[in-house]
Amino acid sequence: MKTFTYRSATGFADGLEPGAVFLAGGTNLVDLMKLGVAAPDVLVDVNRLVADEISELPGGGLRIGAGVRNSDLAADPRVRTRYPVLSQALLAGASGQLRNMATTGGNLLQRTRCRYFMDATKPCNKHAPGTGCPARDGDHRNLAILGGSDACIATHPSDMAVALVALDAVVNTSGPAGERRIPAEELHRLPGDAPERDTVLEHGELITSVDLPAVEVTNSAYRKARDRASYAFAVGSVAAALTVAGGTVGDVRLAWGAVAPKPWRARIAEERLRGAPATRESFLAAADAELAGARALRDNAYKIALMRNLTASVLERLAAAGGTR
Amino acid sequence: MTATTHRAVGTPLARLEGPKKVTGAAKYAAEYPQDDLAYAWIVQSPVARGRLDAVVVDPTDEAIVVLWHGNAPRLRDADDPELAVLQSAAISYRGQPVALVVADTPEGARRAAQTVRLEITAEEHDTVLRTDHPELYTPETVNPGFPSETAAGDVDRAWAAAPVRIDVEYATPALHNNPMEPHATIARWDGDELTLWDSNQHPSGVAATVSQVFGMRPDQTRVITEHVGGGFGSKGTARPNAVLAAMGARVTGRPVKLALPRQQMFTVVGHRTPTRQRIRLAATSDGALTAIDHQAFSQSSRLFEFAEQTAVATRHMYAAPNRRTGHRLLRLDMPTPRWMRAPGEAPGMFALECAMDELAAELGIDPIELRVRNEPEVEPETGTPFTSRHYVDCLRQGAERFGWSGRDPRPRQRREGDWWIGTGVAGATYPAMAQPSTARVRAFDDGGFEVAIGAADLGTGARTILTQIAADALGVPVERITIRIGDSSLPKASVAGGSSGSASWGWAVTGACRALRESGEREAVFDTTELIQKQEKEGRHAFGAHFAEVRVDAVTGEVRVSRLFGMYAAGRILNPRTARSQFLGGMIMGMGMALHEEGVLDPAMGEWVNHDLAEYHIPAHADVENIDAAWLDEQDDQLNPMGSKGVGEIGIVGSPAAIVNAVWHATGVRVRDLPVRLDKLLPHL
Repeated sequence: MKTFTYRSATGFADGLEPGAVFLAGGTNLVDLMKLGVAAPDVLVDVNRLVADEISELPGGGLRIGAGVRNSDLAADPRVRTRYPVLSQALLAGASGQLRNMATTGGNLLQRTRCRYFMDATKPCNKHAPGTGCPARDGDHRNLAILGGSDACIATHPSDMAVALVALDAVVNTSGPAGERRIPAEELHRLPGDAPERDTVLEHGELITSVDLPAVEVTNSAYRKARDRASYAFAVGSVAAALTVAGGTVGDVRLAWGAVAPKPWRARIAEERLRGAPATRESFLAAADAELAGARALRDNAYKIALMRNLTASVLERLAAAGGTR
Repeated sequence: MTATTHRAVGTPLARLEGPKKVTGAAKYAAEYPQDDLAYAWIVQSPVARGRLDAVVVDPTDEAIVVLWHGNAPRLRDADDPELAVLQSAAISYRGQPVALVVADTPEGARRAAQTVRLEITAEEHDTVLRTDHPELYTPETVNPGFPSETAAGDVDRAWAAAPVRIDVEYATPALHNNPMEPHATIARWDGDELTLWDSNQHPSGVAATVSQVFGMRPDQTRVITEHVGGGFGSKGTARPNAVLAAMGARVTGRPVKLALPRQQMFTVVGHRTPTRQRIRLAATSDGALTAIDHQAFSQSSRLFEFAEQTAVATRHMYAAPNRRTGHRLLRLDMPTPRWMRAPGEAPGMFALECAMDELAAELGIDPIELRVRNEPEVEPETGTPFTSRHYVDCLRQGAERFGWSGRDPRPRQRREGDWWIGTGVAGATYPAMAQPSTARVRAFDDGGFEVAIGAADLGTGARTILTQIAADALGVPVERITIRIGDSSLPKASVAGGSSGSASWGWAVTGACRALRESGEREAVFDTTELIQKQEKEGRHAFGAHFAEVRVDAVTGEVRVSRLFGMYAAGRILNPRTARSQFLGGMIMGMGMALHEEGVLDPAMGEWVNHDLAEYHIPAHADVENIDAAWLDEQDDQLNPMGSKGVGEIGIVGSPAAIVNAVWHATGVRVRDLPVRLDKLLPHL
């Protein structure tokens, strides 16, 4: 581990010197530092700076402080009743110990667990730009079928972020250039030819809170497929919310995890579904429309069938549950 | 000496060191404070084949010394070429230790290991096990000395004539031992005397090997191994960490600690070879096997031949007049495989017991009934009678307890919601071995006794069981026994491996205690070497049967094991509490082998790319739903004074096949390459 200095953040607009990074729960960053994948010169601890409270927004909705721990967010009664998909996604992630440490802001900013990215001795365009991507011909069973590029096919590992994207959450940030409100869907970027940049955040820009919309999304669910019963990253996940009136789909939100370099909002599928009959056939057709853009490699084509099945299954259950808000 | 009618053996005495472990007072190898301690970190090769030309150290780093073959002390040859660390420019596999950093802090050592520049001439490498590889060969013997090939009758003729035949290929991936406590060593030199605090399964053996490597008398190295957090075979002999720590301490003149991080466990300490296996079974239409043919392919390193005994269990499992087993080995630019819980039996019996299930389905015979119909009276290949064999009883009584009767044999019949549900069975076997050991007992004036033997307790309960055995042999309550183990300066004990610890050490302890009683002296020593050399070696096995109920999600292909049950005939059970823990632990590891564990090879990199426990999956608590083990009260007086067979490994033998057979019964899908993951099932659901 490289020697680094440590200080506590004092103000939102402080910014960061080159080579400095923010530290919150540390559940991902510290691992990467031990492995030599991250080698910051300075750690700026934001644990005392960012809010760790969940508050009601005027006009409805909730504001989640960036320092709220995953376990606290999952257990919050308002979240559980008004946005069950978020609570379910959080509880599907990591382990109890990790959820107790991991923060809302940090969870959003965690890095891919692509096995080449996690190994400093191997080439990787994300941790060492320009060195190439061995995953394309190597191990990619759990890497992207959507949104990848020649340079990178990493998947974003967060469960929580998938739910936030489905909920149309907004990420509030603060930095040297002032404050910004970024739709959760737009926080993460696709790799293109610059896979080293996971998000649209500028250096020194800090996530301060996440806003959940006023509209309550009670008929919502998160379902995660994984290689063991617990403590495993998704191989495919679906966050969905659905309203049905007279057998027809009203509002629908659909986001997928573990299939793309970012939480994947399935806009094409949503569009196909609005106003369509709330039937398994519609759900499958919508998933197929979204998956028409999938590019599978040797060992990850199963994700296409998996996402199709998962999507239809989750929407069927939401439709059966009443489909009302 | 006070006689007591109460017998300690057979009672569920709690682990003696349990309170120390749960309070953190029990010391593991890396936890012995030393003055002026320095820390070592291994630099691993980033290529699978080539030559290390130079090592360039970053002058800003805090290394006290960076050792490599250009400046490391010369070592004597050991039997294990993996221990010839930093002796040669040749790189034999990716991850091989090529340099050692010693620094004042662990962070400084790790950082220097990351920034040190290796000048390497890389060469083309070959890391993939293939059954058509031109360099495959038949080793002279397979571990630990069995012939590679055996044959009886005429398999080809029987095959040609058989009305029912199964010809199937199975594959198992590289599996990695990951004891909770990674390998660790603290080395300290006092003049020409070396002390190692080392995590291993065989303190006496490690002391002898390290002494040999450094050109010393065996008694010049003392190995202290008081508590061990698991080994599963990977700590059976001295590993490179012990030699490197001693080398680092020798060069710096300071005590040196070398504790491996999890990532290094996957290449530095050994693993289970991947296998490819072909099994052909021929049978009459009423299910009598007429031929068994089991051919196994496995790999070893360029450094030396490690030939796993994959097909050996097939030699005694079922009767058939015509039979053939064989092993082919391929040497690759990969680390040397090593023992991992039930080496040979675990992958071999996965294949055989899945093939038996496939044959049962082909014949339309219940898989338990098929096994019963092929029960041999004596060892089929050697003709040796079994000292005891209660396999059929395990199948029958296990079936009763599991609730097998009334099972619809057809696959893909039971569906509850999204779940396909099925059940499966598979047999288990493991050799009942004993190895020469010596124990010493001393009587004290206060009525207490000290029993000493250089054994290692990996967390299995060895310390507790030896106390029970000694108490009974002396006829005193266990409270009067003080047991000393885990130190090579104690009487020499055999390895805690091959499920032979309790039998080997218990025999020596019994002998010493009896000698003390008979002689009336204050001290007695007993060496079992001659007794064991005189013993017949064939026909000694434990048996068992595993039963699994699984459910497979029709939406995702996810597999969950709803129930897992093991029924064993493993001689006399010395301590039901610790034995149960061994059985269950083996079965859970079998679940991992069936469903989760896989070293994922990237042939271009020449390395397994998933080398931590986030990416190399073993079962989590949530995967273990309903699990149980039971055993028959088996009497076997021919084995050792306790009548015990080992219990450490049989739980992983056959349990993977029971699960995979249950997956077939649930879904109708035969997955023949482990692990059974959702991507292999989903296309067929």
